[in-house]
This record gives sequence, C-alpha cells and structure tokens, in this order.
Amino acid sequence: MKISTNIYLLVAAITIYAVRAIPLTLIRREIKSPFLRSFLYYVPYVTLAVMTFPAILSATGSPASAWIGLAAGVVLAYVDGNLFRVALGACAAVFISELFLL
Amino acid sequence: MHQEEKEGSSVRWFRRGMRDGIPISAGYFAVAFALGITAKQMGLSVLQSAVMSLTMLASAGEFAAITVIGGNAGLLVMAVTTVVVNMRYLLMSTALSQKIESRTGFAKRLMMSYCVTDEIFALAVTVKGKLDPMYNVGMAVVAAPGWTAGTALGAALGSILPTAAANALGVALYGMFLAVIIPPARKNLVIAAVVIISMLSSWLMSILPVLREISSGTRIIILTLLIASAAAILRPVKEEEGGQAS
Repeated sequence: MKISTNIYLLVAAITIYAVRAIPLTLIRREIKSPFLRSFLYYVPYVTLAVMTFPAILSATGSPASAWIGLAAGVVLAYVDGNLFRVALGACAAVFISELFLL
Repeated sequence: MHQEEKEGSSVRWFRRGMRDGIPISAGYFAVAFALGITAKQMGLSVLQSAVMSLTMLASAGEFAAITVIGGNAGLLVMAVTTVVVNMRYLLMSTALSQKIESRTGFAKRLMMSYCVTDEIFALAVTVKGKLDPMYNVGMAVVAAPGWTAGTALGAALGSILPTAAANALGVALYGMFLAVIIPPARKNLVIAAVVIISMLSSWLMSILPVLREISSGTRIIILTLLIASAAAILRPVKEEEGGQAS
C-alpha cells in the first residue's frame, strides 16, 4: 500500500516536535540514570555516522569523487569543524575532482 | 534588578537572537538547497519540501524522513526513525530546560521547542547563566526562512542545475554531519571508535546478504540502539556536564 507523502510528513513533523517539546515542557530535573545519560550522549554520533557512510558514496557522479569529498570533509572537520565551511569544502572537493575524473 | 528588567528583556533577547540568527540562516540556505534536490529526487513536490523544512527544521531528521518516504517504509518506521534520528534534540531540549528560569511559562516553552537545532542549541548553551526562550525564538525566526527557502529553491531548481554542481552539492549534508561528529571524535577516542564502528557496521549491513534487504531507515534505528547501548554499557559517561566518556 502506498501511503501518501503528506501523511508521512505530518507524522514526521508531529513526532519531531514532540521529541523537542517533551523535555522542555515536562522535565525540570536532571536525568539521573547513568545508562540513559550515556546512551543519549552517544546517540548523535552513531546516527550521523550511519547516515553518512556508505550513503555518501552514491551521492555524487562517481564513487571516486565521493571518496574525495568524504576525505575532504573528514580532514576539514578535523582541522576546522565549522559546519558550513566543512560542507562547502566537501562540495568544492567533489566539484574539482569531477572536472578531472570525468 | 531582575524584576524591573523582565518586560523589556524578552524583547532584547529576541533582537539579540535575530542578530545571531543571520549567519545561521545563510549557512542553512546552502545546505537546505542540497536537501531540496534530494527531496525532489525522492518524489516530494516543491511545496511538500518547503513545508517539511518549515515544520521540521532539521537536517538529518528531514534527510531520514525523505529516506523513509522514498522506501515507503510505513508510518511506524517514520515515527520511530524520527524519534531515533532526532534523539539528540531530546538531549538538547533536556539541557535547555536547565538553561531557562524554572518559572518560565508553558507557552514560551512550547515556542522554544520549535527552535531546537544543532546550531541554535550551540549558541544558546554558550550564553552565560540563564537565558530567555525568546533568544532561541529570535534565532529561529531568522534561520527558519533561510532553511525553508533553500529547500524550496533546491527542489525547484535542482533538476535544471548542471550535473557537476548537483553532484557537488550532494555531499553538503554529509559534510555537515561530519563537522558534527569528527571534532568530538578527535578529542575523545571512545567517540572516535563509536564513529568508526558505526560506519563499518552500516557498510556491512548494506552489502551482506539478508541484512542488505533492511531499509536504510530501519538500519539507522537498529544500529543506533545497538551501538549507543553498547557504548553506554562499556564506556559510561562520567558525571560532569557535557559528559566525558571514561
């Protein structure tokens, strides 16, 4: 069964708002459980890493230019860390590499 | 002193937020453009892409949502994926709940809830002492239009963009993700290990028989629950704020 895109978007919007609003409106004390605190601490790193690799390899014209973009992103993130400079730097690396590779 | 400043100070916080939101908005525009291209490729219309960005205001979250829609994975997967992928907002909102006065009203808390993003959070937590939620609202009022307009333009113009430029923009979001995970990994070997194990596991799950049949949305949930739990058990985070893994 094909579910309407609008319904999907509605579910996503309500869910993400709930994720943000529940702690801000309900939790007024600090979370005490060491496991839960640690789990929440690690979540973003796992999620973003899983979403980045290997998906990035098919995000450009060829795996080769994607690898170069990935390498540029990792190096820039390592030495700089600014979100937008890293993003634009990775794009530039892909753009330049494809001029030579294709 | 705090008493008499109360009324005017919300307005001042709001203005300060709007000012700090300008660079965020500009950066969002560029990254959202790439997101819009992806959204369009997955079958979303320009309007749907724009509405998604305005209502969700999230990079990784929207990207995951597009993935779920592209795979027609079902509404339950959409809800669970949205919770898991945006779990960090749960953390950030929890941290922000400690950053505002405890007597802050319900309406302001609800408004502030819309404004939780990585960049807004980063600026908000660096404020010394307590802050007024209108600071975050001010940033979002400026940043959200940049994010939404970027997505809409990406969806509208993505197909007429030269292939080389579209290919290059394809890595923009991943670059942003890397900029979130790599700097902490540099300072913390546990995070570095978590990042490497996550990428390797994700890659293995995408090529191994049977496992590769699992949709990428579900893969994100499974790996996040498994690896973050394992890391939390093996290397619990120490007490102090922000958390230093032992």
